[in-house]
Order: sequence, then C-alpha cells, then structure tokens
Amino acid sequence: MSVFLLLAIVAILSVAGFVLCRQRALKQAGGTARNLHSLPNYYGWFGFIMASVPAVLVLAVWMIGQPLFIERQLSGFFPAEMIEDDAARTLLFADVRRVASGLDVAVAQGALTEDEANNIRTEFGSVRDRLATVGVALGSEVTPPVLQAAQDYREMSRVGAVGRTILTFVLSIGGLILAIRATNPEFRARNRVEQVVLALLILSSTIAILTTVGIVLSMLTESLRFFTMYPAADFFFSLTWSPNFRGNSELGLLPLLWGTLYISFVSMLVAVPIGLFSAIYLAEYASNRVRSIVKPLIEVIAGIPTVVFGLFALVTVGPFLRDYFAQPLGLGNSGSSVMTAGIVIGILNIPFISSLADDIINAVPQSMRDGSLGLGATKSETIRKVVLPAALPGIMGAVLMAASRAIGETMIVTMGAGAAARLDLNPFQAMTTITVKIVSQLTGDTEFNSPETLVAFALGMSLFVITLALNILALIIVRKYREQYE
Amino acid sequence: MSDATAANPMPAAAPARGKTSLYTQDALTRRRNAAEARFKMYGLVAIVVSLLVLAVMLFTIFRDGTSAFRQATIAFPITLEAETLDPAGARNPEDLAKVTTIGYGNLIGRQFANYLTAEGIVVDGISDKDISGMISRDAPGRLRDMVLADPSLIGQTIDFSAYATGRIDGYLKGRVTLDTAELDSNVSVEQLQLADILTERGILSIAFNMGFLTNPDASDQRPESAGLGIAIIGSLYMMMLVLIFTLPVGVAASIYLEEFAPKNKLTDLIEVNISNLAAVPSIVFGILGLAIFINFAGLPQSSSLVGALVISLMTLPTIIIATRAAIRAVPPSIRDAALGVGASKMQTVFHHVLPLAMPGILTGTILGLASALGETAPLLLIGMVAFVTNYPAGPLDGGVMDPATALPVQVYSWASRSDPAFIERSSGAIIVLLAFLVIMNVAAILLRRRFERRW
Repeated sequence: MSVFLLLAIVAILSVAGFVLCRQRALKQAGGTARNLHSLPNYYGWFGFIMASVPAVLVLAVWMIGQPLFIERQLSGFFPAEMIEDDAARTLLFADVRRVASGLDVAVAQGALTEDEANNIRTEFGSVRDRLATVGVALGSEVTPPVLQAAQDYREMSRVGAVGRTILTFVLSIGGLILAIRATNPEFRARNRVEQVVLALLILSSTIAILTTVGIVLSMLTESLRFFTMYPAADFFFSLTWSPNFRGNSELGLLPLLWGTLYISFVSMLVAVPIGLFSAIYLAEYASNRVRSIVKPLIEVIAGIPTVVFGLFALVTVGPFLRDYFAQPLGLGNSGSSVMTAGIVIGILNIPFISSLADDIINAVPQSMRDGSLGLGATKSETIRKVVLPAALPGIMGAVLMAASRAIGETMIVTMGAGAAARLDLNPFQAMTTITVKIVSQLTGDTEFNSPETLVAFALGMSLFVITLALNILALIIVRKYREQYE
Repeated sequence: MSDATAANPMPAAAPARGKTSLYTQDALTRRRNAAEARFKMYGLVAIVVSLLVLAVMLFTIFRDGTSAFRQATIAFPITLEAETLDPAGARNPEDLAKVTTIGYGNLIGRQFANYLTAEGIVVDGISDKDISGMISRDAPGRLRDMVLADPSLIGQTIDFSAYATGRIDGYLKGRVTLDTAELDSNVSVEQLQLADILTERGILSIAFNMGFLTNPDASDQRPESAGLGIAIIGSLYMMMLVLIFTLPVGVAASIYLEEFAPKNKLTDLIEVNISNLAAVPSIVFGILGLAIFINFAGLPQSSSLVGALVISLMTLPTIIIATRAAIRAVPPSIRDAALGVGASKMQTVFHHVLPLAMPGILTGTILGLASALGETAPLLLIGMVAFVTNYPAGPLDGGVMDPATALPVQVYSWASRSDPAFIERSSGAIIVLLAFLVIMNVAAILLRRRFERRW
C-alpha cells in the first residue's frame, strides 16, 4: 500500500477520532458541555492526536530506517573489497536500487510476471535488454550479484511495506480506541492537548539548533574526508591554487583568503565612510521631512537582490573602472577586478552600516548632546567628541558585521572579481575569493569523491568559521563596551 | 566623556582674546564654523553618493532591460508544401513526425527567399544563406509543432511570423550597427541592409513580446527565443513552499520563545543559534542543502523542493525575529484580561495574542519572502542553474520535484553568456524580479498601514 494512501487512511481515522471522542464526551455529560472538564472540542482534538501522531511518527522513522536496514542486510551479497570504499558502495547500491525499480516497472507493465521478476537470472539472457523493452535504461550490464541483491531488495521492501502498513494501522486504531475509552466528563482533555501543542512549539523552535548542527556536521564530515585525501598543512599554508580534475591539484587556501580579505577591505573603505556619514547626517542634521524620504530610499538598496549588484558590477562598474582607471594608469585591462567587486560590495553594505549606525546614534541620550552644546561646542564638535565616542562600541560591532557580510558575499564576486587565484597587490587585477571557488568547485556534474570537489566543503568550513568569529567578536565588543545610560 | 570635552579648544581657553565685537568672527570661530560646514557637507555628500549610485544602477538596468520585452519578428506568408512535409501523402502522424526541423528550416528559408523575390526586394551580394539566417533557429521547431498539431494545414498558405535572430533584433534596437556587423561573423552588412528594407515594408517589425515571460530558456545560439517561463514557475513554486514551511514553524517557534520558554540553557542556546543563523553567509546554506537534502536524503537535484527547503532554513531566522517583535508588541493587558476571565495560557496565546499580532507577522513574512525571492548563491550549489527547457508539471502532479530554475539564477546564467543579447535579457529578467519585489513590499506596507494598531 502506498505511503500516500496510508496517510490518507490515517487522516480519515483521525477525523473519526475527533468526531467520536467529541460525541462520546457530550453524550456522557448528558448533552451539556458545562458538565465536562474541558470544552467539547478539546475531547475531539485529543482523539485526533491519539489517532494520528504516534502512527505518523512511527511511519516517518520506518521510512528513514528501512533503506538503511536493507543496505546493511544486502552488504552480504558482495565481496568485501567491492564495498570497502564509500564511493564504490554508494554507486553499487544506486545500481541495485535502479535494477529493483526497473523490475518493478517491468512487472507493472506486464513485461514480466511477479514470479519471473523474482527468479530471472543473468544466465537466461541480458536483463538489461529485457528492461530496456519497458523503457528502463540501465547504464551497464547487470552482474549476477547486483541482480540477486536487487531481487532481495524488492522482497525486503515488499515485506517492509506490509510491516509498515500493519504497524501504522495498529497504532492508529489503537490510539483511537484508547482515546475513546479515556473520554469521560472528568478527563482533562484540554491539558493533554495543550501538552502536545507545547511539545510541537518546542520542536519548532529547536529547528534553529538542528540547522546549525546540520551545517557543522555536513561540512565537518566532508572536510575530514577531504583531509584524508589531501594534507591539511598544504591546504592551509600552500601559496598556489590550481585545481586539476585529473589529479595532482594544488589546493592552497591562502590565495583565496587573500583575495577575500582584499576585496572585503576595499568594500569597507567604501561602505564605512559613506554609511557612517549618511547615518550621522540623517540622525543629527536632517529635518524630519528629509529623513522620512531619504532613509527609506537608502534602505531600498538593501532590498535589491545581490545578483542585481553582480550584473551592475559586470556590465557597468567593471568596464568603467577598466576604461577610465586601469588602462590609463597601465594597471591592467581586466573588467573584473578587486576594485570592481570591492566597490560594489561596499555599495551593498552602505544601508547595512547606515541603518545600524543610525539606531546606535539615536540611542545616545539627548542629555549628553545638550551638555556638550551648552558648553559652547558646535554641532560637529558634539558629534565627534561626544556622540561618536559614546556610540563607538555599537558602530564597531556594525562594521564587523558588515565585514563578515562582505566576506561571505557570493554573487557580486562571482560576477565581478574574476576567477584567477593570485597573490597580488594591484587592486585592478582580477582575483578570486573563497565563495567564488566554492561555487565553481560544486556546480556542474560532480562526484563527491575527489579532493577537487571536497575542497569546497573545507573552504565552506573556513568561511563559516571566519564569519562566525567576526560576528561573535562584534557581539562581545557590543556587550562589553556598551555604555549603559539611565 | 569628560576628557574628550576638556580637550576641546573652548573659546574660554583663549585668554589672548582682545576686545572685539560679538558681530565680528575671530579666526578660531571662523575655523570652527568652517569645520562645522565641512562636516555637515560630508554627510550630505555621503547621502547624495549613495542615492546617486542607486539611481545609476536602476537607470542602467532599465536602459538595458526594457528592450528585452520587445522583439523583432518577421511576418510573411508561407506555403506548407505537401511534397516536402508529407512525402507519403497519407497525413499519417508517424510519417509527419519523420520530417525533422532541418526539413522545416529548409522550407522556411526557401519560402522566405521566394517571397522576397516575388516582392521585388533585392540586396546586392546577399546569399540565400544570409536571407534564411535572419530567421531565428527557433522558427522551424515552432512551425513543425504547429503542423503536427494540425496536419490539415499542409498544402495551405498561412501567415507565419517568426522571431528575427538576436543580431537583427539588436540592429532594430540599436545594439548592433553597420560598423560592428563588419567585425561580427554572425551577421553581415547585407543582412542589415535587407533588414532596413524589410522594416520599411512592414515585414520586419518590433512589438511587445509575451514570449519573454512565457518561453523556456534557449541555447546560446538563440537569444531571441529565451524566456523566463520556467524561472517564474520555479520561483513561484519555491515561494509557495517557503511560505508553507516557514510560516507555521516560524510562528510556533516565536510563540514558544516569547510566551512559554523558561529562562534556561536550552532557551539561550536557541536564541544564540537564531541570531547566528541570520548572519551565516548564504552560500553555506547551499552547501548544507547539497550535503543533506541531495546527497544524504536523495532528493532530486535542481528541483524547486530542495531550493525551497534551503531557502526556508535561511528565511526562518528573519521570520522568527519579525514574529517575535509582533508578539512582543501586543500589550500585556490583553494577556492579563484573558487570563483573568479563566482562559488557559495556551488559549490566551492562540485566541487573543496571535490574532492581534497577525498583521505584524504577515508583514514580516512577506518581507522575508521578498528577500528570499532574490536569493541566488545557495541555488547555484543545488543545481538550479542547470539548463532546463521542459516546464515543470503542475504543483499537484509533483511539479516541485521537477528540475526548474529561479528568476535570480536566470539573471546570473544569462549574464554569464557571451552574446550581448543575453545581457539585455538578463536586465529584463531583473526588471521582472524587481517588479515582484515591489509588489511584495507594497503589499507589506499596505498591510501594515491598514491593520497596524498602536497601543
């Protein structure tokens, strides 16, 4: 029985649970809800939950567990050397699954009877040709162990499906019966239902933790696999990056890190002064009318997708810098360069710094400004000597967060910085960053067993650690040095 | 702070000041006033620069992109010769299908050249290949589909309109000129001269092109027939799924954290994680999606489902932060009143706090979705940058598992092709993307204006 049908039946049983429990509660209370402990609907919901939640949970666990279990069982078919290597093992089981589903299709179309599918042997002729007649294309000829494994796979899946169906039914009906029997006017249905709802709420809020765990685990395991193939010291300290998909790659992090930091530095040179001065002007000088127009306009920049900035870098900023700066100065003739990417990322970060700094400056109490102005300082003196020092920790935090965004920015550098990994000081040269290389190593058809692909996970891990460190540093600065007013 | 102000060169600290009128400024005052004006100007310049950059960016994109919505087409009568298209003469669908697009291409080229001769349009030195080369390579396929769908057309003369190639289209839009054509192997000067005549005669015309919004992507050779159809469907599927995934989970998590969570280690851990996830670079989520959803869970690559899962994880922190703010904005008096008349904590939240916070929650969700719509980097890693020409199935037929692209990814993949016609398409795609963003943001603002309550 298909999972979908099973879920539909569980849904029907759950609705039946709702109706039956609600009716029973009302009937036992003599038709007046006032005699019940909880409102009648809570009895209904209790029936619904009892009929659905345990059944669905077990079903989900079963669906995840069954393939893993079957693979373990089938390992016995193959000689140990065939499944030693993880990659070979994955491929082999993909083959087994494909043959098994091919047999399923053949049976469904009537090209094979159920019996034939279970007893077909490679000795009787090519299985691949027979499956090809029903439209199942297999990459290579089916070997006897694979066929044998596929037949067993089908058998086990069939048994598994029957077991799954029975177990789900038993749980759903059992839950329903239990719920009906538990229903009586004294039963505290509302409390029970609220407990379940609370559990759901807690579960939802732990997704944030699960995501972090998922990020760290997925990158850590693949990075460790990478370091078994490629020495970690070479990755962290080598000065060359020249991946080669035929092997013998040099995968040094340093040129990429240099490009990343250089571009981020340029972007901060653009974003910090402009963002900070706009924030100061908006917070201290601008009239309410100007502020109400300009502030949303600057925030429009933040709402524009980064790929738009990428195209802007590629089509407008890059050629402009090349034609008017790089070529006349003799510094290079590449449209994509550190300057292109840096300036555009800087523009992207202006609203980020400006709105954070604006909030921080506004949080400095007015009394401090009044004190300074009262002593005869001009407005700019007040800002420079009183407001900014007071806001400094917050502004530092904002700057660090902007830096972490610049380091993690992907689309602008992919489209505007170039792809050549080099250690160079010339800002009009094309350089590349960690994020660009993650994209280029992982896009396209890739096998996850070569160091050239897996290096992307190590790069991702480095990127994650750097940005996380910057963000934590920002938090610490803000927490530690924040002035507490009032 | 006191140090800072003491170090200030205060007027009082200048004892040398003689008897001067208050109305004449001394040097120090002038200097200080000049510094004041300078400082104010820096701020003004900063604002002007950032707004100018925004304006330049939008201007270039609209300048390059609006022409993508218009497309040159060539319209001429074509006779569907029975001897070419149905040599057997039986109108048997299987026989008809044996005639390939090459056969149709030859037919179109021949008929177009004949038509020009019949109309007396001649350009010196133009070859037949040049003439047929003005019609998009997309036309034979379209004509073939038309004939296969309706075999009774064979033998008739019909009015056929086909896209002109990207270069001819570019010539009409001013992107290609006679000078550039001389250097370009894909277009000849004679073709452009012919194009001038055809435009005068009304055979070649430029008009609004619906195909840009509905066609699937096309190969490097056919920029004129590339469209956003699949990208728009893909983005639409993803946004619907993101909404379905994030709204319930986000609201549930926020309710727990705002209303129920005790102050303990677990709550702290959750809070720290949410704020950190909001700062993790988007590409890291792409790696997560690749490793977990595709490699581990075996979900299909390039599908909108995987894209939506990845984007949901990214958007969740944003939505949780917005929702928590909305829930916090509901005054405690509401909760006290509900608790006071005997509602349980859960009933208070679900019957009173949540409905009052709903406008704020929806506004935050729409804004979160708007930023999710523009997300590109993680989608590149899960294969949504692939070249997809088949429309995904309907949402109920498992279309979310079919390969698709998304609007911002389409912008990227067109921008990385060499033909300048694709830059125009790319900018056009940005205009479509920005239009969606504007609609979503305006909806959020209206929602806020209409329902926001100040307590």
